[in-house]
Amino acid sequence: MRTQKIISSSVFQKYLMAASGLGLVGFVITHLLGNLLLYRSEGTAFNNYAHGLEGLGGLLYAAEFGLLGIAILHVIVALTLTLKKRRARSTGYSSVLRSKGGKSKSNLSSRYMAVSGSILLIFIVLHVIHFKYGPGIAEGYSVDIKGETARDLHRYVVEEFQKPLYVGLYAGVMVFLGFHLRHGFWSAFQSLGTNSPKYSKPIYALGVALALLLSTGFLCIPLWIYFGASR
Amino acid sequence: MSNTPANPSAKSDPAKLAKLMTLNLRVWRQKSPKEAGKFAAYTLKGVSPNMSFLEMLDLLNEGLHHSGDAPVEFDSDCREGICGSCSCMINGQAHGPELGTATCQLYMRKFKDGDTIVIEPWRATAFPLVRDLVVDRSALDRIISAGGYTSVKVGPHAEPNSMLVSKDNAEKAMDAAACIGCGACVAACPNGSASLFTAAKITHLSLLPQGKVESHRRSYRMVTQMDEEGFGHCTNIGECQSACPKDISIDTIATMRREYMKAIVKS
Repeated sequence: MRTQKIISSSVFQKYLMAASGLGLVGFVITHLLGNLLLYRSEGTAFNNYAHGLEGLGGLLYAAEFGLLGIAILHVIVALTLTLKKRRARSTGYSSVLRSKGGKSKSNLSSRYMAVSGSILLIFIVLHVIHFKYGPGIAEGYSVDIKGETARDLHRYVVEEFQKPLYVGLYAGVMVFLGFHLRHGFWSAFQSLGTNSPKYSKPIYALGVALALLLSTGFLCIPLWIYFGASR
Repeated sequence: MSNTPANPSAKSDPAKLAKLMTLNLRVWRQKSPKEAGKFAAYTLKGVSPNMSFLEMLDLLNEGLHHSGDAPVEFDSDCREGICGSCSCMINGQAHGPELGTATCQLYMRKFKDGDTIVIEPWRATAFPLVRDLVVDRSALDRIISAGGYTSVKVGPHAEPNSMLVSKDNAEKAMDAAACIGCGACVAACPNGSASLFTAAKITHLSLLPQGKVESHRRSYRMVTQMDEEGFGHCTNIGECQSACPKDISIDTIATMRREYMKAIVKS
């Protein structure tokens, strides 16, 4: 009874939201670090990296399942809390709620986490289908790495980012990633109760910096490839 | 609402008399929780900039009374910002546009002649409407009843040096204790969350020796009660701290979450 109450409590749900969110941030950082290799025009390094990951075998599957679990948890808790929010104010205000400013952290990023989150969710599903389960060795995207035939993912990425639609779509979604992280990163620490007057401001600033770095880091990859800077 | 008597205090000051304002009010009128409510439009003349917002509503009610209409019901008591009774959503802002003030401390000089002011009650499922601008905020009392107290017998004054409270903690506890339970945090929160209210009390008591004894039980019970009352969750937007008439910080919410985690782990 007590355990059930704790798990369903709004505070515990926020712990889950925060912990899963930080896990996803960790992944996004690793993902960008790997993708930085795409800034090199020569594809060997990127293909070696992708091939190396595939070579991890069971470990990679475990990591992927873990990541999927974290992502699903993040989405389910978000949905639960959003529904709770609707119930908490069954009769809404006639006038629009206006912020008084002051110390409020109300901005587009904090108010529309559900919108940016939904966009990111749809994007992630499409992105995985697009690249992870996209054409491989059988379709001719093959390269030789140390005598082994591997997938030429670099060539596929470069070809796909010659299409303006994909470039626009990928770059556009990364703006939402920035918005989501700007509030999300700081919010996770606040939800876990690690914030205090001393650390609150630096953590908020770190969140803004991280959001900016990660979103521009990703955003520039399709633009970099499209405008031929990598050639 | 024409021909309403002007504020006598304004009459005594000719300089201010010239500045009397006419306001267009849109006030939420609802006879009972069961009946549908709607906005009523009033034009109120003779509003002195020196009136408080509640005095302006008094002026409106005086006129309504003279014309045989039912006055607008609203909560008020001390009218000096310490009781937490007044509760008006003014143009979409809890307690109006001024930071760190309750509705009773909001002066009409914040508005201009000819302004339209929309006045609504707090909106939250946990705050059922009673009549017009009055809502039932006893959900907050029930959160306090669940654990917002100390039941340890502390006896007569202890020798102060035997149980030290650091200045930092004393200040933080006092800042949190400033909560007057008005419910503006709930009203301003996009999620209708009572986290700031609950967190203020948990923080206040957990920092002091008398309150530390029951801190685990308190945070568990108060959070549970807060959820059972049907308040929303906190998404750390921080609208509550800018609506709070006592400037209570959302750092208290972080403290509440820490205290709740301790409650889970240690008991």
